[in-house]
Amino acid sequence: MTHLGYLIAGWGIALGTLSLFAVATVRRGRDLARRVPADRSRWLTSSDGGG
Amino acid sequence: MTQAIASPDVSTGSRGSRVLGVATLLGLATLLLFAFGPTEPDIRLHPTTGEEIGQFDAVRLLYLHVPLAVLMYVAFVLCAVASAGYLIRRTPWFDTMAHAAAEVGTVFCGLVLVTGSIWGRPVWNTWWEWGDVRLMTTLVLFLMFTGYLALRRATVDPRTAALRGAIVALVAVLDLPLVNRSVEWWENRTLHQKSTLEELKIQDLTLFTLMLGFLVFGLVLTWLLLHRFRVGWLEREDAEHGIASAIAERRAAIDEGDVDAAVGEGT
Repeated sequence: MTHLGYLIAGWGIALGTLSLFAVATVRRGRDLARRVPADRSRWLTSSDGGG
Repeated sequence: MTQAIASPDVSTGSRGSRVLGVATLLGLATLLLFAFGPTEPDIRLHPTTGEEIGQFDAVRLLYLHVPLAVLMYVAFVLCAVASAGYLIRRTPWFDTMAHAAAEVGTVFCGLVLVTGSIWGRPVWNTWWEWGDVRLMTTLVLFLMFTGYLALRRATVDPRTAALRGAIVALVAVLDLPLVNRSVEWWENRTLHQKSTLEELKIQDLTLFTLMLGFLVFGLVLTWLLLHRFRVGWLEREDAEHGIASAIAERRAAIDEGDVDAAVGEGT
């Protein structure tokens, strides 16, 4: 396969950045969800059975 | 002052978003399989010399770059529509959606520039071409939406941030037609080729893999937007709850005759 370094760099940077952004967003959401009272939280789920 | 009230395991996920997340991961795995497996490299023979020309295996970067570019348009158009919606209705839903779409769109736009540059090095023999009108209009788009995000962060009052953000988004999105049509309008000032999709110059497995790329990165965009929107909504709720709690504490202090606490002394 030609240009393997470019392929790894391109796909790696893109998927890595999207993964980091996704993880950062989920973590931000978790931190905020802990601070916001349940009656003001919409769409959120928890391990105790919330939908 | 604000305390942990909800369950520590609460997240912005829901059943629907988890199903979407699993579908997205499976889609990404399938896309990688097709992009690096059965699809052929781009190799053609020069009509006169018979020499092998083309993008060779660098074409596999286009299964990533082109869908990211098209979905970047989708995110920024969504941001503009939501911004217009905010200016008309002035509801937090529109503002939160516009902010989420701008942030995700900016990430996609940055990746479009980076992956395009990485593709351009082996194919065009250059990382960047300052005279290329599509590259420059895309860079301007990226800078304008980076400015949008910075402006929102720098403005303390949420209503002012929403209003300023909506106006900047509607101005910034005017660059989108320039990015998209630049290869037609200034065809002598760009290294980019005209759309191969519109003229259906690619076929079979290459076309299928490209379409799969649109679908999969569409799922990625949807998943990210969903979670980023919920984060934005929680930020708004957190700020409002913080203010409401502070007011309630002050009122309680006044009722108890604790003037120092009510005016914020000694706290």
